[in-house]
Amino acid sequence: MMIEALIGVVLLGAAVVFVAPNRIAGKLAFAISLVPAALSLWMFAVFDGSGNALLDGELAFESHLEWIQFGEYAISWFVGLDGISLPLVVLTTLLTTLAIVSSWTPIDERESQFYGLVLFIEANLIGVFAALDFFVWFIFWEAVLIPMYLLIGIWGGPRRKYAAIKFFVYTNVASLVMFGAFIALVFGLGDSVTSFALPEIATAMLAGELGSVYGLEATTLASVVFIAMFLGFAVKVPIVPFHTWLPDAHVEAPTPASVLLAGVLLKMGTYALLRFNFTMFPEQVDAYAVPIAAIAVISVIYGAMLALAQTDLKRIVAYSSVSSMGYVILGLIAYTQFGVGGATFQMVSHGLISGLMFMAVGVIYNATHTRMVTDMSGMADRMPVAVGILIAGAFGYMGLPLMSGFAAEYFIFFGAFGSTFLAYAPIFTAIAMFGIVIVAGYLLFAMQRAVFGPYSLETDYEVSRAPLHDVAPMFVLLGLIIALGVAPELIFEMITDAVDPILENGGDL
Amino acid sequence: MAILELPGWAALAPALLLAGTALALFIIDSIQPHSSDRGILAGTATVGSLASLTVAVWFLLAGVGQPGLEGLGVIELFDGQFVVDQMALFFMIIVAVVTALISVASYDYMDGHAYQAEYYSLVMLAATGMALMAAANSLVTIFIALELASLPSYALVAILKDNRGSVEAGLKYFLIGALSSAIMIYGISLIYGTTGVMQLDSIALELEALVDDGAEFGGLLGLGLVMLIGGFAFKTASVPFHFWAPEAYEGAPAPISAFLSSASKAAGFVIAFRVFTTAFPIDVTNELIGVDWTIAFIILAVVTMTVGNFAAATQNNVKRMLAYSSIGHAGYALIGLAGLSVDGGEPVMGAAMMHLLVYGFMNTGAFLFVALAEHWGVGRTFEDYNGLGKRAPVACFALAIFMFSLAGIPPLGGFWSKYFLFFGALEAGLLVVAAALVINSALSLYYYTRLVKAVWIDEPLTQRDALAQPTGLYAAIVVAAVMTVVLLPGFGPVVDAALEAATIVVA
Repeated sequence: MMIEALIGVVLLGAAVVFVAPNRIAGKLAFAISLVPAALSLWMFAVFDGSGNALLDGELAFESHLEWIQFGEYAISWFVGLDGISLPLVVLTTLLTTLAIVSSWTPIDERESQFYGLVLFIEANLIGVFAALDFFVWFIFWEAVLIPMYLLIGIWGGPRRKYAAIKFFVYTNVASLVMFGAFIALVFGLGDSVTSFALPEIATAMLAGELGSVYGLEATTLASVVFIAMFLGFAVKVPIVPFHTWLPDAHVEAPTPASVLLAGVLLKMGTYALLRFNFTMFPEQVDAYAVPIAAIAVISVIYGAMLALAQTDLKRIVAYSSVSSMGYVILGLIAYTQFGVGGATFQMVSHGLISGLMFMAVGVIYNATHTRMVTDMSGMADRMPVAVGILIAGAFGYMGLPLMSGFAAEYFIFFGAFGSTFLAYAPIFTAIAMFGIVIVAGYLLFAMQRAVFGPYSLETDYEVSRAPLHDVAPMFVLLGLIIALGVAPELIFEMITDAVDPILENGGDL
Repeated sequence: MAILELPGWAALAPALLLAGTALALFIIDSIQPHSSDRGILAGTATVGSLASLTVAVWFLLAGVGQPGLEGLGVIELFDGQFVVDQMALFFMIIVAVVTALISVASYDYMDGHAYQAEYYSLVMLAATGMALMAAANSLVTIFIALELASLPSYALVAILKDNRGSVEAGLKYFLIGALSSAIMIYGISLIYGTTGVMQLDSIALELEALVDDGAEFGGLLGLGLVMLIGGFAFKTASVPFHFWAPEAYEGAPAPISAFLSSASKAAGFVIAFRVFTTAFPIDVTNELIGVDWTIAFIILAVVTMTVGNFAAATQNNVKRMLAYSSIGHAGYALIGLAGLSVDGGEPVMGAAMMHLLVYGFMNTGAFLFVALAEHWGVGRTFEDYNGLGKRAPVACFALAIFMFSLAGIPPLGGFWSKYFLFFGALEAGLLVVAAALVINSALSLYYYTRLVKAVWIDEPLTQRDALAQPTGLYAAIVVAAVMTVVLLPGFGPVVDAALEAATIVVA
């Protein structure tokens, strides 16, 4: 019942904050969000699961209740955590708490609605990572859209209405495509499944129960479903060429929404890819390994090139997320322990680092009211602490050793380079590694222009040191980034424990 | 169980209670002509419809309409002219719910209007007709029930006598309604000419006999079927008889728009479900006329949802947008018939029934919000609604719930039914319909969120004073919103009831 308690507390908190006066909403939301954060850390400490949730693993905090019987299929409230989902749940709760603190300065209207929506999003994100029944998972997956739409639409920048509806329609269409594909898969499995429980479906898939439906042979059906689901998730990740909603959404979103968007929402896509495509379809992963690796590498390089061309700090960080997510895909398609484990590690690591970067950019924007690199220079003089953290975050992005970004990218490259599963693995890895150089290029270039050199600012604002509550969350994140960089085994062990069963079905263990 | 000792006609109690309420309202009106005692009138109507709702729910829970139960089971009345099975009760519940909601809301909406007693009694009479449509099991009773529902509706649309829009809408609705009635009854006469019977089960038997005799009169029967479909299309506001809907809904008082677009549409669907599953089994009819009638519904479903959604996306008037959205939803519900096949198809028809139930809450709620806006006098376009969220957060929060639920976004009730319909369409192999659903759904998201955007995101064009909070309208809207949310976790019983009901009819 721990997961229900976790989600329940957050939902209840969201309702309370909704009706609380604006004046205290921010502090109240922070206080409430400490409960799930503490609870999830406690769950992390006492975690006793092993193996993969979909492949006969020992689930932690499992609960299973009958909900709806639709024809021959049972839909049940089925939640539980394994080594892949638990770190992401902890990431969600911690990042939400920090995002709430970082909103105290920029959010100055309709606070109670804002913080209520942030908590509502948190509840749904926890649900996405904990759900093990397709319909439960899908409800949380889709329910994330409403609060994010409103967060961008109400508190966003000048083009917020366009960005919000683009985000909403884009991701909703992707979800429908994915839903249709998955349902076709369930029909293809015929009598071998009687519920939408993901473990049952995964087991049936791996046992080769897939039959033909709509006149498609089993293998063709599997390929069609695999591709449709891949496309559905690719929008969320996002993978080039489905990434165009991301810069709009990020640039217009208020800082805390960007933090959650980059930190957690993008991970929904890669998490789902890992849970569905890479767990249930080992044969199709094998068949489409080269094109997927090519897309991953293109995402890495193209995303980095796009970032190189930007002068808006937030756009730079947004496009760099496209690039970082490309690494995750590369790690997944390598299908080795270090590849897939590293990809999962990168999900957490990138959540922390991109959250940090967006916060730092937000703090600078709060003071200067501009994000254009060309409008400012020498910010380090006026905001030494905030800028210092921004630089630290940038080095984390570039993969400085002893920071989590280094560990994540090292695992991925190590796993991908030696992969016997993926053809031309060394070539793909070598090209992707070149992405690091571009990342270093655009980040250093932006830093050099914006934060070093003599102080000047195009806008008429007096810039002074950022308040403590703006800087404190970034310090926490930086601490976590360094902790995971120094001791990646903190989560890497439980991740590999959950990843290994996936690879036993066809990967390169 | 007490129900065992009741006479057979008592099974129609949900409809009879509505009729009794209408008579009670007439009596009140004759004792105190031109009464404007809103409490008594709206109160009577609400109590009557809630009583009907309670009885219908009780019957359903007690097992009326479940085959195989001793003494209960499917109850046939008057030699099978009416049948009370689970589907009938299910739709009676929808009708009673919507009637209760709009009775409560009309308490404020009709404040200061003339003909209040007439208004409520006409609503009750129309509701009686709709409840009878749910149980009608012969082409004659179907037609009579349909007219009983339609005639008061024409008057209700035009009840704001001093309002040109209302009168014009009433006339248009009446003319198209009369035309479609004529077409439908001509279709009925052709079917009677082919088979010689009116009762639905007998028609199915006669058709089998016709097949054995060498399958004559196929063309006549086919023509009759097409004309019948025309009648249903009118009542459910489906293409090609949909064009009255935007006019009538826009001109009518908003609670009546809610009533027509939720309850009347559901009633139209129940007769379509019953007639086509009971009287025209797919295999037999196919042999006679050479075409599978589900093809007609596949085309109608795709065209209706596409026309409705594309037209809704271009509207500037909120009420017209909702009217077209209601056409779009008729298209979704038509999947319930399109997905039937010789092998069955009860999941898809059950999903359509669930959709109509959820729709009864979310769509009624949305139209009642328009009623509230008319009560405030804020105007009719999206721009006029700008920034209402700051002045009336509760009602606007409810509106956001209705809009996201209509778009089928969780965590709201509309999610289940839309995705079950999608599921059903895929199960039936209707890939074209499923694809149309995806496209339309994306489009609908655009215009539903446009209304959310107007009330919550956009800045008001003019400064507004504080807005009134009329009790009745607020109560109805909040109840509808709460039900829309509660139906997400509590959808299990709805699914069970709808699937069982569909199984009985389809099998």
